Amino acid sequence: MTAPIMFFVFAIVALAAALGMLLSKNPVSSALWLILNLFCVAGLYLTLNAEFIAVIQVLVYAGAIMVLFVFVIMLLNLAHLPDLKKVEWRRFIAFTMGMGLLSMLTFISANALGMIPDPPSLAAAAENGSVSKLAKVLFTEYAMPLEVIGILLLAATIGAVVIAKRKPV
Amino acid sequence: MEITLNWYLTLSALLFTMGVLGFLFRRNAIMMLMCVELMLNSVNITLVAFSQYLGDVSGQILVFFVMSVAAAEAAVGLALIIAIFRDKLTVDVTKINLFKY
Repeated sequence: MTAPIMFFVFAIVALAAALGMLLSKNPVSSALWLILNLFCVAGLYLTLNAEFIAVIQVLVYAGAIMVLFVFVIMLLNLAHLPDLKKVEWRRFIAFTMGMGLLSMLTFISANALGMIPDPPSLAAAAENGSVSKLAKVLFTEYAMPLEVIGILLLAATIGAVVIAKRKPV
Repeated sequence: MEITLNWYLTLSALLFTMGVLGFLFRRNAIMMLMCVELMLNSVNITLVAFSQYLGDVSGQILVFFVMSVAAAEAAVGLALIIAIFRDKLTVDVTKINLFKY
């Protein structure tokens, strides 16, 4: 019974945090809003019983990526920041309504084709999101992509160091 | 009241729209990167929701890979921003138009 309440709390806070991120002028407060949003998304994963993904979300996103963002924002010492572009409200409303219409049409056609599945039982969902099941699949069926991701991360690390290095003048 | 898949899909669509709007309307390059992270996150919500509702683990494996790629993208993107800032002393994307002329 607590799951719907949890969902609505996390969803509303996530949306508010995303809005705060978009509207705040200072990039440091934007980054902090985004961290709040990422924590709420981790909570939403918990309401879906995906424990492993929730923990990884907090560790990787809130712990690693956002620290990098905050670090770079502080490093760059942005004295005068660019303001928001002048918002053209007609385009803004047209874009939002277009996205809404697109998602509605997609949902209706998916519903008509019977592609929307029923909610899973709690035990099945908990088993599906558990570390042991995910690890079993990750290290057998997806062992090769895992290695490729390792190489990609190494390449990105070396690339980031080389790009950001001070050039000898 | 039960939370169905539709709620997660709606939330994800809303977050994605916010990410796109931020990407289009902010001029700060770091803010644009953060909006990309927001979009990746909203897609991750969809993937996990479908994975749990269909009982298929592959969706969550894909989320794992998306997170790794997002980490790599953030590292390289921020390194590029540092390199450009060193050269131009700005992160305003309307002033970084190297390929325009």
